[in-house]
Amino acid sequence: MLRAAQQQWQTDRFAVEAFDLVKDFGGTRAVDGVSLQVPAGSIYGILGPNGAGKTTTLRMLLGIIDPSSGRRAVLGHERPIDAAPMIGYLPEERGLYQSMHARDAIAFMGALRGLSLGDGRRRADELLDQHGLGEWKRKPIRALSKGMAQTVQLLGTLVHRPRLIVLDEPFSGLDAINQGKLERLIRAQAADGVTIIFSTHVIAHAERLCERIAIVAKGKVAFEGRVDEARNKLRPVVRLRTRAPDGPWRSAFPENARSENGEWLFELPESGPEPLLRALIDGGAGIETLAIERPGLHDAFVAIAGDAAASEMVESEEAQ
Amino acid sequence: MKRLFHAAFVIARRDFTATVLSKTFIFFLIGPLLPLFIGGTFVGISSSAERAQRRPVVAVLASQPQFDALAQARQRLVDAVGDAPVIERFEPEPGRAAQQQRLLASTEPPVIAVLALDEGHPTLTGAVTAVESTSKSLGYLLEQAHANRSRPAPPIRVIETGISSGKVAADRSQTAHAGQTLLFFLTLLLATMLLSQVIEEKSNKIIEVIAAAVPIDAMFLGKLFAMLAASIIGLIVWISVGALAFGSLAPKGLSSLPEPAVGWPAFMALGVLYFAMNYLILGALFLGIGAQASSPREVQTMSLPVTMLQVIIFALASASIGQGSGPIALVAAAFPLSSPMVMLGRAAEQPEIWPHLLALAWQTLWVAVMLKLGARFFRTRVLRSGPSRGLFRRSART
Repeated sequence: MLRAAQQQWQTDRFAVEAFDLVKDFGGTRAVDGVSLQVPAGSIYGILGPNGAGKTTTLRMLLGIIDPSSGRRAVLGHERPIDAAPMIGYLPEERGLYQSMHARDAIAFMGALRGLSLGDGRRRADELLDQHGLGEWKRKPIRALSKGMAQTVQLLGTLVHRPRLIVLDEPFSGLDAINQGKLERLIRAQAADGVTIIFSTHVIAHAERLCERIAIVAKGKVAFEGRVDEARNKLRPVVRLRTRAPDGPWRSAFPENARSENGEWLFELPESGPEPLLRALIDGGAGIETLAIERPGLHDAFVAIAGDAAASEMVESEEAQ
Repeated sequence: MKRLFHAAFVIARRDFTATVLSKTFIFFLIGPLLPLFIGGTFVGISSSAERAQRRPVVAVLASQPQFDALAQARQRLVDAVGDAPVIERFEPEPGRAAQQQRLLASTEPPVIAVLALDEGHPTLTGAVTAVESTSKSLGYLLEQAHANRSRPAPPIRVIETGISSGKVAADRSQTAHAGQTLLFFLTLLLATMLLSQVIEEKSNKIIEVIAAAVPIDAMFLGKLFAMLAASIIGLIVWISVGALAFGSLAPKGLSSLPEPAVGWPAFMALGVLYFAMNYLILGALFLGIGAQASSPREVQTMSLPVTMLQVIIFALASASIGQGSGPIALVAAAFPLSSPMVMLGRAAEQPEIWPHLLALAWQTLWVAVMLKLGARFFRTRVLRSGPSRGLFRRSART
């Protein structure tokens, strides 16, 4: 269990560590004792429905706001602003100076993180060329489409070659093609050893990209660990169809087994499938189909965060 | 500290470029015409008020009956034409020359001349000439005072002594007013701009990127100095235009203005420094206040009280003129918001330089304090990074 009192920063292993972070806004507790350890070089997802406390947690990790209590260290710095030159941040609410040219906007964001203006412009030109926006280098942001402007801001997040990239709802507002591009970009950065933290309410993105996740609900971390650990919270589900419709062999099924459209569904027993299969075969039921399915992250999320939180996630996803 | 200044430079460069290269900068350059008019009007009002309070006096060395007759004649003149030289009686002392010299050196009251009536032939000594209205008016008063006597009043003998301290004080107060007025209207011009300096970042949401990358102090510092740099460009333009206009209206140039006590070169240098300090102190305050606003409408709402605050500060600074080291002058010089204007006025009136070094150090300290407070206020009230509850609270974002 991670406790502030027991904290010992392990900067060689973790890019970000947080212990018991609490944030109160007036009488409302937005974040309630969040603890995280983000391994260096990993892709880390923070999942939760809208209002769960994801953005507030990220803002505290980045030092935009200070926690009401608790401590955090980012790239070994207890004051995140001291690590700012090594961090890239894409906020949920995107924003650029509308009159700035695309290359200057990227260079400006790099300059804020310590890059010289000349280097920033040179790298901006390269990045814009690589991402198919070469013709828009000297166009003001206001002339770009929303997707282009989002790409420019993302490039501004990367231009100074940070060691840690924090993306708040990065897939929000992107079409499927651009979501795919962003996923590839995230993987490429991680392959270069960059630590990526992103928040999302879309489970599929986390499932595809993340090595570790934190499931946040109502300001608390309901789960923190590897994706497979989250999925292993649930037993695998067995789907079995027998040849014979009925017989004494039915008593061999676990108590929680239910029949749907002639198919039996139940959690895989602790003892494994063999004793059941043996009893069914010996009883003359016959096995027509058999599937053992590992639960998905969505099922794990429902089990961990609750049905209400899962429904909110689905609604947010659909609304998007 | 190096990172702070680098970040401030990045912000300042962006703001300066965005300001100076915008099409609306031309309006910024021609904008001072209106505040100049307002400032001119205001100084006209305050100058006349100040003149009424501190008009130079003619010291009259006379017996009480002689003075009473003169005072009655003066009152009749005031009743008839509404104005007359201010006179004040002093008891004649042995050693006439020393007494005259002492009186002419007086600034409280500012003695413009000494009229001696106790030696038979009236003598007017001081910075007046026979052709000036003061001596003519005094001659008329003497005639009136002698009206019921058999002999007419003897003519006044005028002894010109160059320039009196009272005249110098009165003249220098004009320079003090001019300097203060210039600072007033320049700050008035910049205040509204500073109020809205953070609106762009807040409305286009880039504030999150900036707040995550640099200390808020650096953002405030950068914005303040960007506006200072832009305003200095404006100053160069305005001073150039003003010099042309002044040159055409006053062929003698600066020599047609009363020379400040510290001399023109020092006065000009102090003027630049006090402009920077006045701008930085008020600018840091207004930047901090304006950063709380989330829309242009809120900025507009703030503009009026901010303008009134400046008028009050200007009034306080104006009131300090001619007060020397009196309590009002000291309080106004110590109060950080009025200190630069007051000290510029002092430079016109008092020759000592050391108080200016002290004042500049004091004002620099307050620039730092204002910036720190503004940044802290912004973090706690706008970014909601602290335990306190803000006036412009945002709902909790997650």
